[in-house]
Amino acid sequence: MDDFIAARSQMALSLGFHIIFSCIGMVMPFFMAVSHYKWLKTNDEVYKNITKAWSKGVAIFFATGAVSGTMLSFELGLLWPKFMEHAGPIFGMPFSLEGTAFFIEAIALGFFLYGWNKLNKWFHWFTGMVVGVSGLASGILVVAANAWMNSPAGFDFVNGQYLNIDPIQAMFNKAWFTQALHMCLAAFTATGFAVAGVHALMVLRNSNKDFHLKAFKIAAVFACIGALLQPLSGDLSAKDVAKRQPAKLAAMEALYKTEKPAPLLIGGIVNEKDKTVKMAIQLPGALSFLAHGDFKAEVKGLDQIPEDQHPPVAITHYAFQIMVGIGTLLMLVAIIYFITIFKKKPLTDKPWLLKLFVYAIPLGYIALEAGWVVTEVGRQPWIIYGIMRTKDAVTPMPGIAYSFYIFSAIYISLSIIVTFLLYRQIKMVPILYNNSSTEPQKS
Amino acid sequence: MEYVVITFLCLGILLYFLLGGADFGAGIIELFTSAKNRGKTRKTMYQAIGPVWEANHMWLIIAIVILFVGFPHIYTTMSVYLHIPLLIMLIGIIARGTAFVFRHYDAVHDNMQEVYNKIFVYSSFITPLFLGIIAGSVISGHIDTQATDFVSAYIYSWLNWFSVSVGLFTVALCGFLAAIYLIGETKDEHDKKRFIKKAEFMNIAAVLFGAMVFIASFKENVPLADWVFKNPIGLSAVILASLSLILLWYLLLKGKTKILRVLAGFQVTMILLAISYAHFPNFIRLKGGDTISLFSAVGPEKTIYSLGLALLLGSVLILPFLGYLFYKFQQKEEE
Repeated sequence: MDDFIAARSQMALSLGFHIIFSCIGMVMPFFMAVSHYKWLKTNDEVYKNITKAWSKGVAIFFATGAVSGTMLSFELGLLWPKFMEHAGPIFGMPFSLEGTAFFIEAIALGFFLYGWNKLNKWFHWFTGMVVGVSGLASGILVVAANAWMNSPAGFDFVNGQYLNIDPIQAMFNKAWFTQALHMCLAAFTATGFAVAGVHALMVLRNSNKDFHLKAFKIAAVFACIGALLQPLSGDLSAKDVAKRQPAKLAAMEALYKTEKPAPLLIGGIVNEKDKTVKMAIQLPGALSFLAHGDFKAEVKGLDQIPEDQHPPVAITHYAFQIMVGIGTLLMLVAIIYFITIFKKKPLTDKPWLLKLFVYAIPLGYIALEAGWVVTEVGRQPWIIYGIMRTKDAVTPMPGIAYSFYIFSAIYISLSIIVTFLLYRQIKMVPILYNNSSTEPQKS
Repeated sequence: MEYVVITFLCLGILLYFLLGGADFGAGIIELFTSAKNRGKTRKTMYQAIGPVWEANHMWLIIAIVILFVGFPHIYTTMSVYLHIPLLIMLIGIIARGTAFVFRHYDAVHDNMQEVYNKIFVYSSFITPLFLGIIAGSVISGHIDTQATDFVSAYIYSWLNWFSVSVGLFTVALCGFLAAIYLIGETKDEHDKKRFIKKAEFMNIAAVLFGAMVFIASFKENVPLADWVFKNPIGLSAVILASLSLILLWYLLLKGKTKILRVLAGFQVTMILLAISYAHFPNFIRLKGGDTISLFSAVGPEKTIYSLGLALLLGSVLILPFLGYLFYKFQQKEEE
C-alpha cells in the first residue's frame, strides 16, 4: 500500500470511528438530562432507571471517544506534520478551547457518574447538563477547525509564507456555522434514531415494556426534531458550498459540464474516465435552485476547474446521494411519528411504526458517515483548500501501511467489544431494573 | 503571554506526570501484585481513581494542544522522528482507557473480566514506559534530522540506553506515586502493609533506574550531570527531593498517611525540576548538539496571545470545578 493512501486511510478510519463515539457522547447526556428531570419531577423510578442505564452507555462511549480523540490529536502530527507545522498556530484556537470544554465535560462526568446519592439532587442534575453542553461545545469547536480547512481564513498567504495570522478570524471562518449546525443536528438525529430504535425493538419483544417505551419516547422526540430541521440546515450548507467550493458541489452532483439551468441528479453511475453519469434521474433546474435559490441560475461544473484540482467524483457523488436519501427517509419517519402522537393513539397499537424505528437504527450513522465523506473527500486534493495539497503534508516516514493495519485491527476490535458490551447492558435490563425497589447491582 | 503559555505547558506536563502517573502506577502495582491479592488491590484502586481518572488524562491533551498550537515546530519534529514510540504509547492509552471502563461497565461479570484486566495491567506498564522513552529521547540528542536511512532516522532516535533508562525510571516513579497514594486509601491494615511493601519496592527500583539514567547519560554524552549538579537550582532540587524522601519514610513509619502524598508529589516535582531547569528553555536536543528552544519555536504573537487567554479562561472554569471533584470524593471516603 502506498504511504500516502495509507495515511489517508488511517486518518479516515480514525475520524470515522471517533465521530460516532463523540456524537453519542455529546447527545446522550441530553437524553439523560430529560429522563433525570422527569424522575426528579415525578418520582417515577422508571425514569431514574432509564437515566442510570443510559449513563452506563455514555460512560462506555465517552471513554472510547476520549481515547480515540487523544489519538487524533497526535495523529494529526504523526501523519500530517507539514500541515500541522503551518496550520497549528492558525486553526489551533478552537482546539485550545475544545481542550477546556472537554476537560469540563470529563470533570462533570465524574460528578455525574459517581454522584448518585452523594450530591444535592439538583446539583447532580446540573452536572449531567454540563456534560451535555460542554460536549456539544467541543463538537462545535472541532467542526469549526475542520471548517477552516474548507474555508481558510485568518492569515495572508504570500509567496508560500503564512503571514498576519489571526486565530480568532480563523475560528470564525465562513464555513464554521453551516458545518457546525449540520453536524450537531446530524448527531442528534443519528443518535436519537439509534437509541429509539433499540428501545423500540425491546418494546416489540415485550420485554420491560414500560421502561423501554418511556426511553423510546425521549429519544424519538430528539431524533424527529433533528430529522425535520436537518433539510433546512442542509440547504444552507449547499448554498454555502456552492459559493466557496464549487469543485466540491460539482463533485457532489457529478456535474462535469457547467449548465444553466443545472439539473439535480438522483442516483446514477459515474464514469470518471468518460466524465459521464448514466442512469440518473434528472430534476431539471433543481440544482440551480439548491445552489443559488434560482431555478435558472448557472452552476459551475468541473470543466471550469483545472483537472489537477478535481476531487474524486464518484465517491463524493455516491456519498452525497446516500446522505440525502437517508435524510429524506428519516424526515418522513419523523413526520409520520408526529402525526401519530398528534392523534394520541398509543404507540404499542402501532407496531409498524416501532418497526420503522428499528429499521432506522443504523441509518442515521450511515448518513452521518456519508456526509463526512462528502465534506472530506470533496475537499481533496487540498488539505487546506486552495493553499496546501494533502500529498504535500504527509509524513516523510515510510511504512505507514503497517500502522494503518494495526489501527484497523484496533478499531475493529474496539467496535466489536463496544457492541458486545451494549448488547450485554440491554440484555441485563430486566435483571437490573425490573424490580424498582432494589438498587441496581454495583460491580 | 509567552510565559503564561509556557507555564501552562510545564504545569500540564507536571500534573500529567503526577496524576496520570499515579493512575498508570495503580495498574503497575496491580501487575506486580500476586494473584490472590489482585482483587482487593483493584477494588481500592477503583475507588481511588474511578471518579477522577478521566480528568487525570486530560492534562496530556492540554499539553499536546499547547505544543501544536504554540510550538508547532517542536510538535512536528517529535511527531516525525518519534513516530514509532508515540504510536506505541497511543496504542497503550487506547487499550488502557477502554479496558478500564469496559471492565467496570460490563453488565455481566464473567471471564471477559480477566481479558480486560490483562489488557489494563500490561498497557499500564507500556504506556508510561514509552512516555518516558519519548521524554528521554527529546533530550537525548539522538534525534537526527539529517539522517537518510530509516533506522537512524526513526529507530535510533528513541531506541538507545538513555531513553530506555528514562522510560524504566518513569515506570518506577509512577508505581511509587501510586503505592504512596493507595496507602492512604485503604483502611485495612494488611492492605496497608502490602502497599508499603510496594512503595519500598518501587522506591528501590526508582533509585536503581535513576542511577542507570545517569550512567547512560555519561555513555551517550547527555549533559545530565551538568544540568543537575552544576546548576544551583538543579542541585537544590535534588537535595530537596532526597530530604523529602527521608522525611517521607520517617512519617510512614510513624503511621501518617495523607501527608505522604504531598511529599511524594513534591519529590517527583523536584526531580523534574532538577532535570529540566538548566536545560530550559531548550526543549529538543538534536544530534550534533543543536537545540530547538521554546522561544525559537514559538508561534506567532497573536496566536500565543489568544492561546494564553484561552488557557487562563479555561483554568478559571476548570480548576475550581476540578478541585471540588477531588474534594467531594475525598471527603466521602473519610466519612
